[in-house]
Amino acid sequence: MRWIYRRLITAALTVFVTTNLIFFLIRLMPGNIIDSLIGFYVDRLGMTYTDAYRLLSASFGIALDKPLHEQYTSFLYNIFTGKLGESIGYGRIPVINIIAKAIPWTVLTVTIGLLTSFLAGILFGLLAAYKHDSAVDNILKLVSTFTTAIPNYIFAYAFIIVLSSRLNLFPMFGAYDAVKVTPGFSAPFILNVLHHAALPILSYFVANWGSWVLYMRSNTVSVLGEDYVLAAKARALSEFRIAWMYVGRNAMLPLFTMLAISIGYIFGGSTLIEYVFTYPGIGFYISRSVGTRDYPLMQGLFLVITVAVTISNLMADLAYSRLDPRVRFE
Amino acid sequence: MKRRAAPILRNFRAFLRISASSKSSLFGLIMVTVYVLMAAIGPFIVPLDLVGRSPRYLPPSVQHPFGTDYIGRDISAQIIHGARDVLLLAFVAAMMTIMISVILGTVAGMKGGRVDTLLTFVTDVMLTIPGFPLLIVIAASIKGGGGILVLSAALAIVSWASPARAIRSQVLSLKRRDFVEASRSVGFNTLYVIFFDIIPLILPYVAVNTLLIMMGAIYSLVGLALIGAIPWSECNWGVMISIAVNYAGALTDPRSLQYLLAPLGAIAILQISLIMLSHAVEVVFNPRLRERVK
Repeated sequence: MRWIYRRLITAALTVFVTTNLIFFLIRLMPGNIIDSLIGFYVDRLGMTYTDAYRLLSASFGIALDKPLHEQYTSFLYNIFTGKLGESIGYGRIPVINIIAKAIPWTVLTVTIGLLTSFLAGILFGLLAAYKHDSAVDNILKLVSTFTTAIPNYIFAYAFIIVLSSRLNLFPMFGAYDAVKVTPGFSAPFILNVLHHAALPILSYFVANWGSWVLYMRSNTVSVLGEDYVLAAKARALSEFRIAWMYVGRNAMLPLFTMLAISIGYIFGGSTLIEYVFTYPGIGFYISRSVGTRDYPLMQGLFLVITVAVTISNLMADLAYSRLDPRVRFE
Repeated sequence: MKRRAAPILRNFRAFLRISASSKSSLFGLIMVTVYVLMAAIGPFIVPLDLVGRSPRYLPPSVQHPFGTDYIGRDISAQIIHGARDVLLLAFVAAMMTIMISVILGTVAGMKGGRVDTLLTFVTDVMLTIPGFPLLIVIAASIKGGGGILVLSAALAIVSWASPARAIRSQVLSLKRRDFVEASRSVGFNTLYVIFFDIIPLILPYVAVNTLLIMMGAIYSLVGLALIGAIPWSECNWGVMISIAVNYAGALTDPRSLQYLLAPLGAIAILQISLIMLSHAVEVVFNPRLRERVK
């Protein structure tokens, strides 16, 4: 059981380190951001210093004219009580509200994109390994290497250009069409949402599929050489049973850890996909917060992303230990 | 050092021979060379026109290989000048990243004990924090976005963890090998062992990963420029994409399409070439893969 405690402590410390990182990055970088924001309010918008400080303090939810250590304690207190401040760019809406509205969209597209690419990758990887060194294998290897190398936003732009701009098959932006449908649990709304989510999901799928194929292929090739596969063949078990029960399951095991790690990557990668499709998820808002210098929103989003990734990594680790008992005795 | 020179030279010859023997490796080698030449001497040959001295929306021609953009600037010149921006930064960032990960990975692997526990913990934490969002926060916190060195350092901070972990585990297995024991029993100190027994053997991994880290850096760099998180250099490819979409309306206006496709294509081909080159490097260092190539 000791490793579970160790994992829990690492997870908690990761979140703690991240919160500290946010606090000090914004305050201690050369050319202090708070000062330059204050300067911006005073010079460009003609506010007085006191008003500018009051406005910014309200946004960050911290009295910014207090000494650093007092700011730090109230920052930590705010984080633990879920007060993430108010957005600067979106008219003083609480950051937590924006995040709550954005999360479902990212979770929807990222989950579907990740799982479909994972399943398809496993199947194609298995196929490539079984057809080792054949034409099918070579084509799969080439295509998956290419798609892994090309950045996801390039696929996103390619899909927009061809599928929405030219062929007009899919909408170019947004999560649903607010004019045509009203949010709710109704068939037209769900269809509209899926119609809008299709291209982001397709982008995740194409960008991630290749690496699953390559991992699965190389794992399968090495499992195929194992003695227990030979033994299964000697017992005249059916090809399908061997492929699924003996080869596939064992070759898949390491991929579950990769799945956990890639949740982190894909949350990071969602930034650019959602930016390209103007898809109102977590990543879209984080890319917007840069342009509007919306630091409270940026730090809140970053914190939420890190917490989500930490929790999903933790859950994946626990699930993996159920799948592979050897981990528990490490 | 003299006895080291010969194998390196032999490796380089082997590298050329093996690259030439496989089509994809040859493609990678040639294309990466083309990009490097384009970045190194291109800007001296092709002048950058930022005002727009040609007619707008010219289709591709001999004079303007990729046509002109929405205010009459030559698109190919922008691609060439942008290549310098992207390649230089990616290279410096990759060098910084690999240096950090070699140092930390080697120290953690050789020292063991508390130092190792601490470094492994830091590595785990860095691996969990999602890299690109962290990069956005760092870039947004640097006033004015920072120069090449600051940006490279930011990229290095975000990406050192996974190579460092791999190098640590390689060092852990290498330090128990017989030739290391032999070096130690002859009386060579730890630094000698690190530089002459360990580092040469992790060089293959370092070489391949430098290319992969460069790919990651190019992805992030263009992405940051795309969303406007790093300063407005005129012709970074990410900035070109951003202008093409937001100002030239490339997604709806077919006349601007070439302005968007040029940087997208430049990035895609560069990334594919780099991964092909990394395969070639891998084959050179790993004789077991070489059998299959021939």
